[in-house]
Amino acid sequence: MPRRAGPCILASPHASDPRRGRGRRSVAARLAPAALAVLAALSALAPAARADTPGRVVSMNLCTDQLAMLIAGEDQLHSVSHVALDPRASAMAAEAARHRINHGRAEEIYLMQPDLVVTSTLSARHSTAMLRRLGIPVITFAPANSLEDVHDRILEMGAALGHEDRARAIADAFEENLARLRTTAAARPSAVLYYANGYTLGDQTLAGQILLAAGFSNAASAAGYKTGTRMPLEVLAMTAPDTVVTSRRYPGASRAEEIMDHPVVQALRENSTAAAITDHDWLCGTPHVLRAIEKLVETRRALQGDGS
Amino acid sequence: MSRLAIALSLLVAALFAASLLIGPAGTAPGESLAALFAGDGGPLTLVMREIRLPRAILALMIGASLGLAGAAMQGYLRNPLAEPGLIGVSGSAALGAVLSLQTGLAAAFALALPLSALLGALIGMGLVMALAGPRGGSLTLILAGIAVSALAAALTSLVLNLSPNPFAANEIVFWMMGSLADRSFTHVLLALPLMVLGALLLASVGRGLDALTLGEDAAGAMGIDMRRLRLTVVTGTACVVGAGTAVAGAIGFVGLVVPHVLRPLVGARPSRLLWASALGGAAMLLAADIAVRVILPARDLKLGVVTALVGAPLFLHLILKLRTERI
Repeated sequence: MPRRAGPCILASPHASDPRRGRGRRSVAARLAPAALAVLAALSALAPAARADTPGRVVSMNLCTDQLAMLIAGEDQLHSVSHVALDPRASAMAAEAARHRINHGRAEEIYLMQPDLVVTSTLSARHSTAMLRRLGIPVITFAPANSLEDVHDRILEMGAALGHEDRARAIADAFEENLARLRTTAAARPSAVLYYANGYTLGDQTLAGQILLAAGFSNAASAAGYKTGTRMPLEVLAMTAPDTVVTSRRYPGASRAEEIMDHPVVQALRENSTAAAITDHDWLCGTPHVLRAIEKLVETRRALQGDGS
Repeated sequence: MSRLAIALSLLVAALFAASLLIGPAGTAPGESLAALFAGDGGPLTLVMREIRLPRAILALMIGASLGLAGAAMQGYLRNPLAEPGLIGVSGSAALGAVLSLQTGLAAAFALALPLSALLGALIGMGLVMALAGPRGGSLTLILAGIAVSALAAALTSLVLNLSPNPFAANEIVFWMMGSLADRSFTHVLLALPLMVLGALLLASVGRGLDALTLGEDAAGAMGIDMRRLRLTVVTGTACVVGAGTAVAGAIGFVGLVVPHVLRPLVGARPSRLLWASALGGAAMLLAADIAVRVILPARDLKLGVVTALVGAPLFLHLILKLRTERI
């Protein structure tokens, strides 16, 4: 057990790191030494009994995998899901390769004897229920549906892993960069996110928010598709957006993805020189969405044919 | 006879027009037709020319070929239960198509997909014919059909489950039930060559099938080459079913229902049933494709659901009739 107490002590110096977040967190900065003192006292009292810094964490979901990899301390994150290895879905495939891999099954995760399991509220309920019955603490994270959610999830993961300060720093950096990228452009070209099976995503989704942040307007939302639903190809054609953003293909063939080759989608995409394709940066509420916004801003500028 | 031809042609034309005018975009009929023919390059033209027209043409082509194949097979086997879907030819064609898609063969050259489906259909058809025998009774034919269908369905599911594509496994339903949603002219062009070839082959067997109603010996005495007739029926059916299944999945019951309904109207002559069933099949599939769009516009209800709802009761009726005839 003492081996697992390491990360919590390592974590405390971040609290007083003066380079991080000056300005509006000056109160926090002033309180930091006090907090550090309290932490130190606590650590001195019971170094191995800190319940809020789990020593061995297992993540079962692609999005919690990435948040945990960003925030967890050295050797704290024991295992991530196999999806995190897939570069098509995971923005951190290389990092994931350094961890043990699980397949989200209760049995294998129980045998890892984790102190904490983190996963999404959407992932296999049977597995998480089984783990709870076996006495393993499980924290579930709701999927991020907006950029505000991204900020919140980072903080939640920080709290779950006992690295609040590191999470706070990441969340603040995210907000800062997001504010820099966000555009208040008056002329917003319209776009539709159009995926396999004719699935579209409206404003009330993370991908929809990425689209808005990059200065597009979501034509699907304007046509009444607020969340994620199927949008008939005919409706897409009648909506006639300035561009259509599709998703990256998986290997092997599927009829579901064939729709992105349909002449209607191709006709709508040829208007824009740099027709965008969503990738692993779009899937999860992590700071990687900033990269997605950045690329999409470039697409918009190319579409509008100016350098503004 | 010519009255039936005119009536069926009018029905097909009306359903074809309805198929063009019904869709989730919900535009006025006059406006839609103007956009189809005039073509101002606006969004409605795109909808009419790239979405609804290929869909209606495919329904027409595939319906006609399934009706034709059903009539030819029933004529050749002299068994009203013979149908490409029921005896596993469609299922085998679907397996061929899925294999060529998942192995990447379909991407290698344009006609690889329908040709693979043709090969699957030929193997399926050959298996059923070999198992049931050339003069197979209803029971052996249906049993052989069930065996081939089940095997083809299981292998199709296995291939789709093994695919690295996460969407593929969900498409088992498409390959089993068939759908024309979001097809384009690419698919029309893929299916057309083999379908025309198969239809020409099947259209040529009318005289042979007529002679066959008198029995194989009598047909032989009339100068019908039985081996050639068999080869033509098998190849023609495999061509049309393979081409249709490759682009729209396995659609069942059309080849069963249509010849059954039309047989009394053509005086039970197989040669006349061939063209009548082609028209009737086109009408049935156009109607089914309109139904799936009207009942659940946004959900891509599968065609096989509608055709089975019509076809399964009729199938039961046929079995009961056959039983009373035998006993």
